This record gives sequence, C-alpha cells and structure tokens, in this order.
Amino acid sequence: MSRRYDSRTTIFSPEGRLYQVEYAMEAIGNAGSAIGILSKDGVVLIGEKKVTSKLLQTSTSTEKMYKIDDHVACAVAGIMSDANILINTARVQAQRYTFMYQEPMPVEQLVQSLCDTKQGYTQFGGLRPFGVSFLFAGWDKNYGFQLYMSDPSGNYGGWKAAAIGANNQAAQSILKQDYKDDATREEAVQLALKVLSKTMDSTSLTSEKLELAEVFLTPSGNVKYHVHSPDSLTKLLLKHGVTQPAAESS
Amino acid sequence: MECVFGLVGNGFAIVAADTSAVHSILVHKNNEDKIMVLDSHKLVAASGEPGDRVQFTEYVQKNVSLYQFRNGIPLTTSAAANFTRGELATALRKNPYSVNILMAGYDKEAGASLYYIDYIATLHKVDKGAFGYGSYFSLSTMDRHYRSDMTVEEAIELVDKCILEIRSRLVIAPPNFIIKIVDKNGARVHATRQSVQDVTTAAV
Repeated sequence: MSRRYDSRTTIFSPEGRLYQVEYAMEAIGNAGSAIGILSKDGVVLIGEKKVTSKLLQTSTSTEKMYKIDDHVACAVAGIMSDANILINTARVQAQRYTFMYQEPMPVEQLVQSLCDTKQGYTQFGGLRPFGVSFLFAGWDKNYGFQLYMSDPSGNYGGWKAAAIGANNQAAQSILKQDYKDDATREEAVQLALKVLSKTMDSTSLTSEKLELAEVFLTPSGNVKYHVHSPDSLTKLLLKHGVTQPAAESS
Repeated sequence: MECVFGLVGNGFAIVAADTSAVHSILVHKNNEDKIMVLDSHKLVAASGEPGDRVQFTEYVQKNVSLYQFRNGIPLTTSAAANFTRGELATALRKNPYSVNILMAGYDKEAGASLYYIDYIATLHKVDKGAFGYGSYFSLSTMDRHYRSDMTVEEAIELVDKCILEIRSRLVIAPPNFIIKIVDKNGARVHATRQSVQDVTTAAV
C-alpha cells in the first residue's frame, strides 16, 4: 500500500511519513561509516573508506573528509556525488557570510543554512532529497569546539559523539558507553579508532581503509584542520593496539 | 550644516550630533535625535538626506535585531559595520543612500570601537571621526587635544571644545547637540547641549 506514496518526495503517506526521505537514509545506511567525537581541545573525525583499490590516486584527494572553511570541516556518508554539491553549497554559504560580516561564519549557522537547503528538497520542487549525512566539526568564538550531525531530512543536532553510515547504531551505542566528557583529543582519537574497528565489517584494519582528521587550535590561536597521512595512521593504529593485520589470523 | 562627530576613550566610545531638522531655510525642529541605538551596545550617529537617514538606519537596526533573534547571539560592532557598508555598497550603483554614519559600539573581546562609514561605502575603523561642515572644526580640535585612553570627563571636555568651535566658527551653526555614550554597561544618552529651546510664546 505504501508504494503509492513513494514516488513524489513532496507528499506525505497516510501514516504521516515522507518515504523518499526515509529511502535516502536507507541509502546512507549502506555507505562507509564515519564517526565524530568532541573533546575539550578539539574534534576528531574518522571515516571508513569504501573505495580501496591500489589503482586509486590517493595522494591529493580525500574520500570522506572535506574542509568547508578555515574553521569548519565535515565528514560525509552516502552518495558522493550528492555530497559534492552540498559541500560546495556549504563553502559558498560560508564565504558569503564572511563577505558580508568580515568574520568567520558561526558553525551552527553554517549547519543550519545547509540544512535549510536540504529541507527545501523535501517540500517543494519535485526533486529527490540528497542521499548524504554529514558530521560537521568546527570551532568558533561563541561556543568553542562543536560537532553537528545532519541527515537528508534537513534535521540537525549538536553532539558530543555521533556516527553516520553503516552500522551507525552499533557505533552510537558503544560511544554512549565509552564517551567521557573531559577526554583529550588523543583519547578521542583512541576511542574513535576503537569504535570503528569494532563496527567495521572488514577483517583487517589498515591505514588504507581509514581517514582520520582533527580540528584543533594551534598555540597561536588559529583553527587547524589536519588530515593524518597513511604513515601517521599506521603508527596510531599500532600505538592503540587496534591493528588487526589480515596475516595474523591463527 | 549637520554636525556629527565622535571619539573612542578608555573602555567607551562617545558620539555627538546636532539636533536640527532643516529644510532649505526652515528649521522644522531643533530636538531631532540623529543618534540611533542599534542594539544594547551599539550606537549609529547618522547625517545626510533626512528620508534616507531614517530609512537606512532603521533598515540596519531591523537586520541587526533579526540576526540576534535568529542566532541567539548579537553581532559584533565590526560585523555590524561591515554589514552596513555592504548594504551601502550594493545600493551605490543603483539607488545610493545619501547617509554618512559613525557607528560606535562596545564588545567584550574588542572593547570600545568607532567606525567611519560614508555615503559611498567607505569603511574605516577610527579613534576619532566627523562628518559635515562641522568636521572642519571638530576634527582639527580633536587632532589637537585627543589622547588614547581618555576618561569620560576628559572626553566630554573635548566634545564641548568641539561644540564651542562649531558654534563660534560655522556660519549657520546648529544650536543644540545630543551626546550619547556606549561602554560595557550599554548605550545611552549622556548629555544634551542646548542654546535654543523650542519657542512657546503665547500670543497676547
């Protein structure tokens, strides 16, 4: 019966559901997971890469993490081509704000602005929603470090720790148990690696399957967005005892 | 012959404006308040075309309020000044506003600040500024006597020196002035200087 109410995004079903929005969220549930964790001196974003061919040119581009402005970055889960459009929209919105006020755009306002765009696709135009969920990590002078999660419906929330993509419910429950309010950035990285290793499907956890980024303040007070190199990631995996090399399965 | 000027002191900014509303040779009223309270900690002293002055300053004030309602945080003085300049710049090559503005504000992080914004969208952050014919006299007087970190009393003395200079040297000098101050406690009227009250004679 619900099939009658699928085809147009801009109508409700009799039970009061928007099926296209829910189907978009289904699509994201099959995509590579991403986890974000807020610590007192920074925000950690970690993502599971789905495309791991040896032939992929990985030196310059990232698959999961993107910088929106000097003080805001995001991790994506879902349809990559949809994500690119929204990332560009977010970048333009951030620059437009800075052009008008000569100040960096507060993180929540950026998230809200992007979510307003996403909401439009659930109410008018007859176009399908974007099949992307975001984790936004940033810093502003009003609220310090912040983490936001947004989904295709255009809803967003501020989180201390959040997960999107495949197995996000399992990841979220582990985070609920193990998250500590006053963790440092290093402890947050450790927690993120641990959670991802438990929820990832693959048998071995190597640096090629992961992307790890941190948003923090340099000693001079500037916001820095740092994506870890594969070497740095490998060292971290070893240090926190999280690597499960495929060879060691006895 | 509108006179608007202002300066930054130690933890405060002060602006003074004449209070004459003039049309050609007629003075409509001499208690027109040209210094708008933009929000709790910002003042906008404006001079220029009366219609444009009110229209534009109210437009800026409503947008500043809207930002605060939407986002739960006030704009900094710098952000408000840049927004104002941007609006003047956008209108400039279509229907320019003939309004000159001195925006004074107090922010917790930045302290007291003063911004000079003229009708062709020039923006400068300044310690002292002035508009109108009176500026020839007030700017020179302020250049002579201004020091950074003046107290409120010292600043008022300087403002009074400027008003005296304007009254004695400008051919059609405005008789009355209003002086407003903004500091960590907010924006408010500080004083008025009146040499002509509204005339109320009973015909005999």
